[in-house]
Amino acid sequence: MERISLAAGTALCLLLTGLAVERAFGEPVDDTLEIDGVPMITRAAAPEGHPFDEVLSGWLFREAETRATQEDSFENPGMLAVERGGEIWETVDGSMGKSCASCHDDAAVSMKDVGATYPKWDADAQRPINVELQIDKCRVENMGAEPYKFDDAEQVALTAFVKHQSLGKPLAIDLTQGELQTWWEKGKDVYYTRTGQLNFACASCHEASMGKYIRADHLSQGQVNGFPTYRFNTAGMVSLHNRFRGCIRDTRAEMPKAFSDELMALEVYVTWRGTGLSVETPAVRQ
Amino acid sequence: MRRILAGAACAIALAVHPLAAFADEIAPADVAFDDMKVTTSLTGVPGNPEEGAKAFANRGLGNCLACHALEALSKEQFHGDVAPTLDGVADRWSPEELRAIIVDAKQVFTEETMMPGFYSLNVGLNVRKDLVGKTVLTAQQVEDVVAFLATLKE
Ligand code: HEC
Ligand code: HEC
Repeated sequence: MERISLAAGTALCLLLTGLAVERAFGEPVDDTLEIDGVPMITRAAAPEGHPFDEVLSGWLFREAETRATQEDSFENPGMLAVERGGEIWETVDGSMGKSCASCHDDAAVSMKDVGATYPKWDADAQRPINVELQIDKCRVENMGAEPYKFDDAEQVALTAFVKHQSLGKPLAIDLTQGELQTWWEKGKDVYYTRTGQLNFACASCHEASMGKYIRADHLSQGQVNGFPTYRFNTAGMVSLHNRFRGCIRDTRAEMPKAFSDELMALEVYVTWRGTGLSVETPAVRQ
Repeated sequence: MRRILAGAACAIALAVHPLAAFADEIAPADVAFDDMKVTTSLTGVPGNPEEGAKAFANRGLGNCLACHALEALSKEQFHGDVAPTLDGVADRWSPEELRAIIVDAKQVFTEETMMPGFYSLNVGLNVRKDLVGKTVLTAQQVEDVVAFLATLKE
């Protein structure tokens, strides 16, 4: 279970108002999100075969202050990572003397759908590829640079920058590519498999107990549309595979490696579970 | 001086190794379920309700408040609502039933219940290496928690 270390304000607010208010606000809020004038789809009809009728953004489950911070790009500390990513985009690295911009030019144009359509099928590797791995592939093959170490600050910033170009676009991955459908099945297995000494599956928390409180945490549907997210808790950015690993650790299981087959399958499946939700990168969490 | 030191060493040794408690301890795999009850004490040592309350609330032990609210422990922050509140739980279940629920809730409710087994090795995949073969609570902690829950009458 999550350790409690809410932002001071939120903690104070909870202390003052106590359990009663937490309970009263047990349901996801009925509110709309607009970022920089762009309306976000935070509720969407679920795709066929989905266990829920409606898919809900994690934003709807957060405290008022956390929600407000995400609503205002000037307040959102995650935007600093996006800005940093924009600098890296322009910076030459590796033996070939190139930057991302050398090949892709203006990210606002060339990257505008990326955040909403990854993971894709990587025909070379014969496995799914996400934004982090695509960045690494470009670095190695097109720049003559090293792949990033998992969760290197530059990897997270550049991923946030790339996904942010799709702000507002609804998640829509194409499962007909290559063998993505098979990986979706594999990811579904992982999602419903109980792990660890506490014997929980993803579905125990994000499906069966969605909307409930587990200690201080309001359980959302565990959607991926805001990643990388900014977290007050750790005062930094959290990548998607870091979040997956944290949730698995909380079942008291060994954590799979980032970008392992298991977590790539999970990313394909969980991204599908959020079909129709706007990309909110960088979302804000407590 | 020497006697005092030896005495202290003994007390420490006893605290770390409660041999008396181990003598009659039932291993997780040997706990007998009978009609949703576990009738035999896991240790033969009566549970201590105060210790039980601590194990109940402690995040590294029972962490029962993660899912259950309990008015009696309202001084503890953040009670979850994944599961029923436990006020008056002793009016609903006997100590033998409470022991069964805590040992392995999946044998009392359904395989699907969210409630972990606290004295069971019937757990999920890929258990963290240092926890393999270990239970969440010790046999005596289960007895203590049962004793605590048995005090919760309306
Ligand atoms: C023991 C409970 C528990 C389990 C099991 C669990 N999670 Fe979580 N998860 C949480 C909590 C608590 C949060 C933070 C609050 C929230 O968004 O629900 C969270 C957050 C998330 C988020 C971020 C959502 C957001 O909007 O920021 C994702 C994604 C996620 N989980 C995916 C998963 C996946 C995939 C699994 C299985 C591998 C999993 N979780 C298993 C408790 C759990
Ligand atoms: C992760 C969630 C979770 C945790 C942690 C948990 N429980 Fe439960 N518990 C449940 C659920 C859910 C139920 C209801 C049965 C069901 O629907 O499966 C339940 C039911 C019970 C009941 C029966 C309640 C009634 O009124 O019928 C008792 C007693 C109980 N739990 C005790 C405990 C104790 C003691 C602990 C800690 C040592 C604990 N639980 C930890 C989820 C949990």
